[in-house]
Amino acid sequence: MLEIKNLDVSVEDKQIIKNLNLKIGPGEVHAIMGPNGSGKSTIAHTLAGKPNYLVEAGNVDFKNEDLIAKDPYERSLLGLFLAFQYPIELPGVTNASYLKQILNAHRKSRGENPIDAGEFLKILKEKSKNLNIPMDMHSRFVNAGFSGGEKKKNEVLQMDLLDPSLIIMDETDSGLDVDALKSTSEAVNKLRDGKRSFLIITHYLRLLEYIVPDHVHVFGDGSIIESGDKSLASRIDNEGYEVK
Amino acid sequence: MNKVNKENFKQDAYKYGFVTEIEDEKIPKGLNESVIKLISSKKNEPEWMLEWRLAAYERLKSMEVPKWARANIADIDFQDLYYYSSPKDFKEKPKSLEEVDPKLLETYEKLGIPLKEQEALAGVAVDAVFDSVSVATTFKEKLNEIGVIFCPISEAIQKHPDLVKKYIGSVIPVTDHFYATLNSAVFSDGSFVYIPKNVKCPMELSTYFRINASETGQFERTLIIADEGSYVSYLEGCTAPMRDENQLHAANVELVALDNAEIKYSTVQNWYPGDENGKGGIYNFVTKRGLCKGKNSKISWTQIETGSAITWKYPSCILRGDNSTGEFYSVAITNNHQQADTGTKMIHLGKNTKSRIVSKGISAGKSSNTYRGLVNFHRKAENSKNYTQCDSLLVGSNCKANTIPLTENNSNTSSLEHEATTSKISDDQLFYCMQRGLDAEEAQSLIVNGFCKEVLQQLPMEFAVEAQKLVSISLEGSVG
Repeated sequence: MLEIKNLDVSVEDKQIIKNLNLKIGPGEVHAIMGPNGSGKSTIAHTLAGKPNYLVEAGNVDFKNEDLIAKDPYERSLLGLFLAFQYPIELPGVTNASYLKQILNAHRKSRGENPIDAGEFLKILKEKSKNLNIPMDMHSRFVNAGFSGGEKKKNEVLQMDLLDPSLIIMDETDSGLDVDALKSTSEAVNKLRDGKRSFLIITHYLRLLEYIVPDHVHVFGDGSIIESGDKSLASRIDNEGYEVK
Repeated sequence: MNKVNKENFKQDAYKYGFVTEIEDEKIPKGLNESVIKLISSKKNEPEWMLEWRLAAYERLKSMEVPKWARANIADIDFQDLYYYSSPKDFKEKPKSLEEVDPKLLETYEKLGIPLKEQEALAGVAVDAVFDSVSVATTFKEKLNEIGVIFCPISEAIQKHPDLVKKYIGSVIPVTDHFYATLNSAVFSDGSFVYIPKNVKCPMELSTYFRINASETGQFERTLIIADEGSYVSYLEGCTAPMRDENQLHAANVELVALDNAEIKYSTVQNWYPGDENGKGGIYNFVTKRGLCKGKNSKISWTQIETGSAITWKYPSCILRGDNSTGEFYSVAITNNHQQADTGTKMIHLGKNTKSRIVSKGISAGKSSNTYRGLVNFHRKAENSKNYTQCDSLLVGSNCKANTIPLTENNSNTSSLEHEATTSKISDDQLFYCMQRGLDAEEAQSLIVNGFCKEVLQQLPMEFAVEAQKLVSISLEGSVG
């Protein structure tokens, strides 16, 4: 699904990622844990193609395509989804029309017609219900004035809607209370179908108690310093990042 | 955005830039008494109208072109312009669409304005003005049945002289300023609307202005009168061919709302903006003013200004009637080398008058975009209120946005509220949308349409979708 080879990334002339290697197979759930400021979010932004994130060396293969050569929207259409740590506000754009437009962009790239309004509403209702999202949230402007929990739920709703093959979650647990964390994780777990892959970036163990990973990597000094199974996450939680 | 598409976008950017190959008939170039007499005789005008024009011309001789706009305007040689152009042999306006030159029908068809009633947008009556003449007006008879007069102003001067005499120049005095006076002397065609007492006009009325002939100025004159208790929604659209020369469009639009009447006036202005290097394009110097003459009357201006090399206009409301309301909703988009200096004046004269101004300026490329507004409370305008909101959005770093809001408050009991913001489309917003599968152009268009939403939703539904598309198209090529 995804293969990162010898990746060096710099942001504003500062090297953040150094010789990163990571392979994620279909259906696998990987977690990257690391202390704050270690640059783990840089992985997410680089994979999604954020401008100013400069790939200095190495390459990334996604579904047998050279990911780095593609524009951000092409990566999305290819099936890469990034759930943002800080979802962006779009004043004046209602959530419903935004969701419909991004869905239609994906349908178009698959050669399908734009979705019928009635059908869209049906899908929206069903998926919102799974996340305990009230329908009136969709007549508000995208993320504008949303609480932290609403923003994160809206991210999960979008990943559900766009049916991606690789989901990168950047600190999705931050800003969520226990109830929201639970319902969000449940919605994410429903998307685990054995084919879809996940890369979960988090500082804490708690998200991984709900979304249990197959592989855990510890990130430090721009690279993966240790890999293991889910027990590694518990150890980190007990001992902290400093102890190895 | 891949390269192939971007090239296409450039070619498509102004899709109304074609020229209709039709023989035209111009009167000699230049501005003088005989030209004015010729225009008047072409229109079969009564003597009083000619005298009115000549008086305006007399006054014009001692007036100077105003220079205060925040725009670089090349000097215009007013003697080197044609003031009247019509399709050849256009002696009299065709009685029915069957008699209209097919080339003209085809032109409007290409502009997306089918004139055949069965093909036309349901619920929209159209007056089609081609250079200096109205070539067709749809649904006239149907409107006539309920007493609504909707016809070219040249026809109204002949058929409804009392109404025209009473109201023309009553809102914009003949001597107002250079371009208004020039228009009064040489105006050719535009629309006339009269809504009788207590009639809610059942259709949108609209005028479509098309400049076709070269080296020709268009001097439209529009007069709308809403009698007591009536309502009308009117929309104008404008396009012109792509040419290297600058062409002048100097219109006067007067609105009069009597007791309890409401006029909603919308403009979608898409004159040719000039090319990427700022060559050519329309000079859009327009005077628009509405008089809320009666109590509880309301005038609402909505404008979507995307075209023209230079836009220079301030649709205004004079709130004379007690409890009257004035509104101004504006989206002005400038790209490449376009310049816009636009805004409104709200003159509060009556008691309990209210006004609301929402202006959204979007600048891209090397353009310049100025909001200029005046809110004035007269001493007698007790308990009056104004709310002003001016938002500017910058796309890129080579454009300019200015906000010049003036207020004059002579009433102790009146209040003003003003909010202004300037923002840039953030890279984060673009990246967020692109991460969800929208390309750069789509992402920008989504964000900009969100920024304009408050204004766009004021437009009649039939035109809102078109306007949204226009907003997107106007900014094409401005994303990196």
